Amino acid sequence: MNDWITGAVYVLGAVIALWSLVLVVRDELAQDRTFALLAIAEVVLLVQLVVGCILLAGTDRDVSGVLFVSYLVGIALALPIGAFWSLAERTRSGTGVLAIAALTVLALEVRLADIWSGGFGA
Amino acid sequence: MRELSSGPGRMLVFVYGVFAVAATGRSAIQLGTEAGNAPFAYTLSLVAAVIYLVATTCLLLGGPTAWRVAVGACVVELVGVLSIGVLSYVDTALFPDKTVWSHFGQGYAFLPLVLPFLGLAWLRSTAPGRTGAIGA
Repeated sequence: MNDWITGAVYVLGAVIALWSLVLVVRDELAQDRTFALLAIAEVVLLVQLVVGCILLAGTDRDVSGVLFVSYLVGIALALPIGAFWSLAERTRSGTGVLAIAALTVLALEVRLADIWSGGFGA
Repeated sequence: MRELSSGPGRMLVFVYGVFAVAATGRSAIQLGTEAGNAPFAYTLSLVAAVIYLVATTCLLLGGPTAWRVAVGACVVELVGVLSIGVLSYVDTALFPDKTVWSHFGQGYAFLPLVLPFLGLAWLRSTAPGRTGAIGA
């Protein structure tokens, strides 16, 4: 996988997770700035989806295609679903959902890199 | 009675949803591409997937019936993760490949072990008949 994209996902995911957790601790609600960052992360994840598929088509590595693409799609869905689920309830718990969504992205990204380097066992 | 998917329940639904998708995807790929390798382990992955789906759905639906089904799902989940956790250490021959619940959910940061406890704790505080127990 492209190291720049992977690195960007890790950094953005970690920042969103930490930011959301700080908001939860302070009992503040996520505002436009937080959601703007989520949008940036989502753009990176969509780029990753496209680039990942292109790389998969061109690689001669032993990568499980179905598994790899399902992770690419799944990781791109986590933030939008989390954001809508969070916005439906503007409370401390709603902000907590954002943190969990960001942590989910981080966990999936680790697995994604693992799958790309040939690891198996979803 | 408090909505099952509001407050802390909102976070719980999200986590259960993630596990429902993860376990379903996992068992679908395992059973679809290499069912012969470890039929027992892969069937258990499918069982786990169904449990997570049931729990997620019940939390989303809310109401007394969904509450009872959710309790059942969480208990089965707890028994499942504990017994499969023990079994995967004791009888390694039975598990040529891993399941969600192998080694107490080690591959998923032990969340499968924590989740049923969180689920049951949440259901306990939202039991039908208990009104506004936690400052709704």
